[in-house]
Amino acid sequence: MIKDMDKPERSKSLLRFAAPQMFYPLAGRLAPWFAAAAVIFVGIGIWLGFFVAPTDAQQGEVYRVIYIHVAAAWMSMFVYLLMAFWSAVGLVMNTRLSFIMAQALAPTGAMFCFVALWTGALWGKPTWGAYWVWDARLTSQLLLLFLYLGFMALTRAIEDPRRADKAGAIIALVGAINVPIIYFSVKWWNTLHQGASVSLNKAPSMATTMLVGMLVMAIAAWAYTIAITLWRVRSLILERERHTEWVAAELNALEGKV
Amino acid sequence: MSRALGPFAAVLDRDLLLAWRGRADVLVTLAFFVVVVCLFPFGVGAEPNQLRAIAPGVLWVAALLSTLLSLHRLFAQDHVDGTLEQLLLSPEPTVLWVVAKISAHWIATGLPLVVAAPALALLFDVEQSALGVLVLSLALGTPILALLGAVGAALTLGLRGGGMLLALLVLPLFVPVLIFGAGAVDAHLSGSGAQAHLLLLGGGLLGALALAPLACAAALRIAVE
Repeated sequence: MIKDMDKPERSKSLLRFAAPQMFYPLAGRLAPWFAAAAVIFVGIGIWLGFFVAPTDAQQGEVYRVIYIHVAAAWMSMFVYLLMAFWSAVGLVMNTRLSFIMAQALAPTGAMFCFVALWTGALWGKPTWGAYWVWDARLTSQLLLLFLYLGFMALTRAIEDPRRADKAGAIIALVGAINVPIIYFSVKWWNTLHQGASVSLNKAPSMATTMLVGMLVMAIAAWAYTIAITLWRVRSLILERERHTEWVAAELNALEGKV
Repeated sequence: MSRALGPFAAVLDRDLLLAWRGRADVLVTLAFFVVVVCLFPFGVGAEPNQLRAIAPGVLWVAALLSTLLSLHRLFAQDHVDGTLEQLLLSPEPTVLWVVAKISAHWIATGLPLVVAAPALALLFDVEQSALGVLVLSLALGTPILALLGAVGAALTLGLRGGGMLLALLVLPLFVPVLIFGAGAVDAHLSGSGAQAHLLLLGGGLLGALALAPLACAAALRIAVE
């Protein structure tokens, strides 16, 4: 394995990027583009959402928080799926980069989870009169945040990186199987306990500019996630491979630049 | 058939014997359950209607916490003295003896909770007709907790601060069991019938029995590697 790393094959297969040494420069080249895309789309999305989109007939100006809230909530769920996907790939193919990918995604997912809960609370106060209701979506989002925290705590508590990788992958997969179960159980519990609870459903017809603004913000969230994950992957690769020659050379080059 | 059950029975026998020899540990789990349940009236007041309303939830949360506290003992001793490595090296299927260990653990720590629960429910003035549902829901639900918890126990094996980490890992996964377990008693008391909840718990038990030992076996191999 280590021999292969020292002499990376010059094949044209995309799989060659599964080697951390090959992926490191690729991630460095791609990340700024995604970061730039994120900035541009956030700009457009905020402009559309806060200046162009009309005021909601029922909720007034408060509804504008959805431009951040919905994108964050979508992203927090997608990121967990991605994390579980890379964990499965890592367990099946035994590629270190997949585990690094999963671990680089987790903090961003947790961040989006927290942002979705926080903006949801700020939206809930003027709309429902309470910062928090035990609604199915809010509750399952909170449990998703706990799953992220558990994953991050476990991978950081284990010192041996190989064990940390695999243990994290298993808990990510166990969590992924449980997410739908948790969602439906909470939903059912909610309907049983609260009767007619506050509906999160928005007005049936949505102005096109509102929808476009939300989609643009979702694209921005994607671009941000990709950029920040690639940067985090680069840091993790440097940390993991710090004993190798290419990392030493890379670090020397970086110091030369500064 | 008997050849497949041989190692299962051997590990089950051994773990039950160990639990019996160290029964003080087992009794501590039960005592914890009883004490936690008895704390609630002091916290929320002794108003009978209120106590009756919270009883299923209190009993279930207490059962969940005592299960959690006993989980670290599931593999820790065997890990320290090397038995776990020997078991992993043996030609017997890992999943088989993992299920045996979890079963023994449940018999030693889960079953006493199930037996003690009705007596505690009487302290909360729960209707006697609901006691059967409570026992049944705990009997179906606590094995799920043991199975899911075993995965967490295997993942955190030998880690510093493993106890808190274990709680963070498995408590979110316990939520559906808690919902359907406490919900079964509530549904019975409200007259809508506990059948749906109990069936879901039974389904969850079968699902957990099929999947959790696989994850647990993989986690044990990683931990010992």
